[in-house]
Amino acid sequence: MNETVTGAEALIRALKHEGADIVFGYPGASIMPVYDRLYDCRQEIRHVLTRHEQCAVHAAEGYARVTGKTGVVVATSGPGATNLVTGIADALMDSTPLVVITGQVSSPMLGTDAFQETDVIGVTQPVSKWSFQIRHASDVAWAVARAFYIASSGRPGPVMLDFAKDAQLEQTEFSYAKCDFIRSYRPMPKTDSAAIERIAGMINRSERPMVIAGHGVTIARAEETLVRFAEKACIPMASTLLGLSNIPSDHPLFMGMTGMHGNIAVNYSTNKADLILAIGMRFDDRVTGDPQSYAPQAKIIHIDIDESEFDKNISVNETLHADALHALEALLPLVEHRDHTAWIDSFRVHQAFERERIMMPELKPDGAGMTMAEVVSAVSEQADADAVTVADVGLNEMMCARYTRFRSPRSFIASGGLGTMGFGLPAAIGAKMGAPERQVILFIGDGGLQMSVQEFGTVLENHTAVKIVLLNNNYLGNVRQLQTLFCDRRYSGTPLVNPDFVMLARSYDIPAENVGSRDELHGAIERMLSAEGCYLLNVAIDEDDMVFPMTPGGMPVDYILVDPEETYSPEK
Amino acid sequence: MDKQLYTVAVFSENQVGLLNQISIIFTRRCLNIESLSVSPSSIKGIHKFIITCYSDGKTMERVVRQIDKRIDVIKSYLYTDDDIIYQEIALYKVPTSALAVGSGAEELIRRYNARVLELTADYVVIEKTGHLNETEMLFADLEKFGILQFVRSGRVAVTKSKEERLSQFLRQIEQERTGAGSQKES
Repeated sequence: MNETVTGAEALIRALKHEGADIVFGYPGASIMPVYDRLYDCRQEIRHVLTRHEQCAVHAAEGYARVTGKTGVVVATSGPGATNLVTGIADALMDSTPLVVITGQVSSPMLGTDAFQETDVIGVTQPVSKWSFQIRHASDVAWAVARAFYIASSGRPGPVMLDFAKDAQLEQTEFSYAKCDFIRSYRPMPKTDSAAIERIAGMINRSERPMVIAGHGVTIARAEETLVRFAEKACIPMASTLLGLSNIPSDHPLFMGMTGMHGNIAVNYSTNKADLILAIGMRFDDRVTGDPQSYAPQAKIIHIDIDESEFDKNISVNETLHADALHALEALLPLVEHRDHTAWIDSFRVHQAFERERIMMPELKPDGAGMTMAEVVSAVSEQADADAVTVADVGLNEMMCARYTRFRSPRSFIASGGLGTMGFGLPAAIGAKMGAPERQVILFIGDGGLQMSVQEFGTVLENHTAVKIVLLNNNYLGNVRQLQTLFCDRRYSGTPLVNPDFVMLARSYDIPAENVGSRDELHGAIERMLSAEGCYLLNVAIDEDDMVFPMTPGGMPVDYILVDPEETYSPEK
Repeated sequence: MDKQLYTVAVFSENQVGLLNQISIIFTRRCLNIESLSVSPSSIKGIHKFIITCYSDGKTMERVVRQIDKRIDVIKSYLYTDDDIIYQEIALYKVPTSALAVGSGAEELIRRYNARVLELTADYVVIEKTGHLNETEMLFADLEKFGILQFVRSGRVAVTKSKEERLSQFLRQIEQERTGAGSQKES
């Protein structure tokens, strides 16, 4: 006969069966039985107390993104649960596997507006992959097994388990079996060999093909296969924001990032290509610009594990419902080497222009004020080859994406789809805990840092060695840029009156220094990277520093501003 | 794009909260659900939702894919009226005086193939099963007697295929599963 345990104990045992070694969370009345059991097994499952529930989710996201494992979050009912919502929505948009466990009032009190009761299933249903309320201890093993299976398989995402307090205390017999099948859920489609052959034929017949690789390639761990595939068929590659670091930045076939602040060569060539092979990406509006004028000459092939992405944003010519790795492995033997030299050379012209016109002036500015580009680039050059770069949201993120030289897979973490300011610091903490052997460097703005600055406390308590580069322009810079360009420089709500960040960091025992001028930068980065623990550089950034090139929202992807006044026109 | 009435059939596990999961997919796209009916299907343990909605085909295809994506939804199908046999049921309560000789109400009931469910001193309840236009026409014809209460059900529908398409689908996943030799559902 199986041992009889409480529902809370059953949860802990189930988490161990699923290999959870760390949970991020925040206690409260309705989750106390679980916390009490966590205390008993703190050697096996580490609990990291974040200073806000939202940050527990972001930390679990950082952990999940760097390890590929499922992140686990625990919080209490009511405000604890509602504070999680932004993080859960973020994880859904960015396909991040999480199991989020919330306490709930005892089941007889459900629906009575009991103290700290919210309908958390109702609130999170639109932003989670699956949710379930555990009202009986006997459901714990089943629900947890299902939750981990659903969160991590197919297109990963956040799963909610709302755990009524009486069920946490109820006795149940415990036995555990991992879940590997749900009748109504088919996460791993069979690769359609006829479609594979059609697609290979389209690739082999194309003259100006381009690959756009997204986060799906990372999730499927298909990075190397992708590069081999592109090398064999001689196809230039581009990456979405979240796909960055799939392909080494220096790879000769890597042409850069797609989208609003992507590289000119990529965006311009999108509308010249005769074939676009999109793998593990979802044609986000930030990638496509105006969807009507997107890639007019191209046959578009869309490979994704999520069928609901097909024809959602743009119409495509061929779809393949498959995992990126399976698809690329199947295509690899069928594609033939083609000479695309002229097509590839056409990218070089745009690249040279972007380097001369935009990148060099940002990397070697004339003025005294520092640019984000020179800071990101200097950090990237001094960092380890496998350093994990975490970005918050805004200009810091775009500059980080544009100027970091990625040399190793899974080395870029940002909030892509939801664009959640405040994501950076907790995500970096989670990433460092997931990959303690790797350098974790966070680029963040002065706005974003203050959205989750309380997590300095988590750093303090856990001695988390996150390297924080604060790109401080005393503005909400990304919105300021839009106001500069489109609102006649009326800076509504964007100037920030900031605290002394160095003093603030030091009060949490985080060594910190101000970097006010270019000649201090190199030494400061060296001190930051060689320091043992967390370190913060408060770098003064010129308030007029903006990110270009830029395709304004809703414009054709090849309508590219190279500065506030001029659009790119290579034929001129 | 031309809008027309679509019927979505959703087959799901019997889980709490399924209706909300499905309805928010419509809400998010500002689509009005015209009618809805939920009942057990012919397959034990599987529930069947019949949802009707005016929209264009492309939008509805996307909606169906989003519904399909929900974990507890087994499969959903999109139909136009040509693909299905469908009915709605309507109940009309009119004053009993309407049945007075020469009023024409009796003739109406016969002509519409409707039937009287209950007759009291005060009112009579008439039932009519049919397509929307038929139940609406009867409503218009009964209006002159004064309609005290009226209700119409959501659409119920079966396909013109011999059995539920879902049965075939379930056999297929069972085949794939036993073929793969994986473990039983926990």
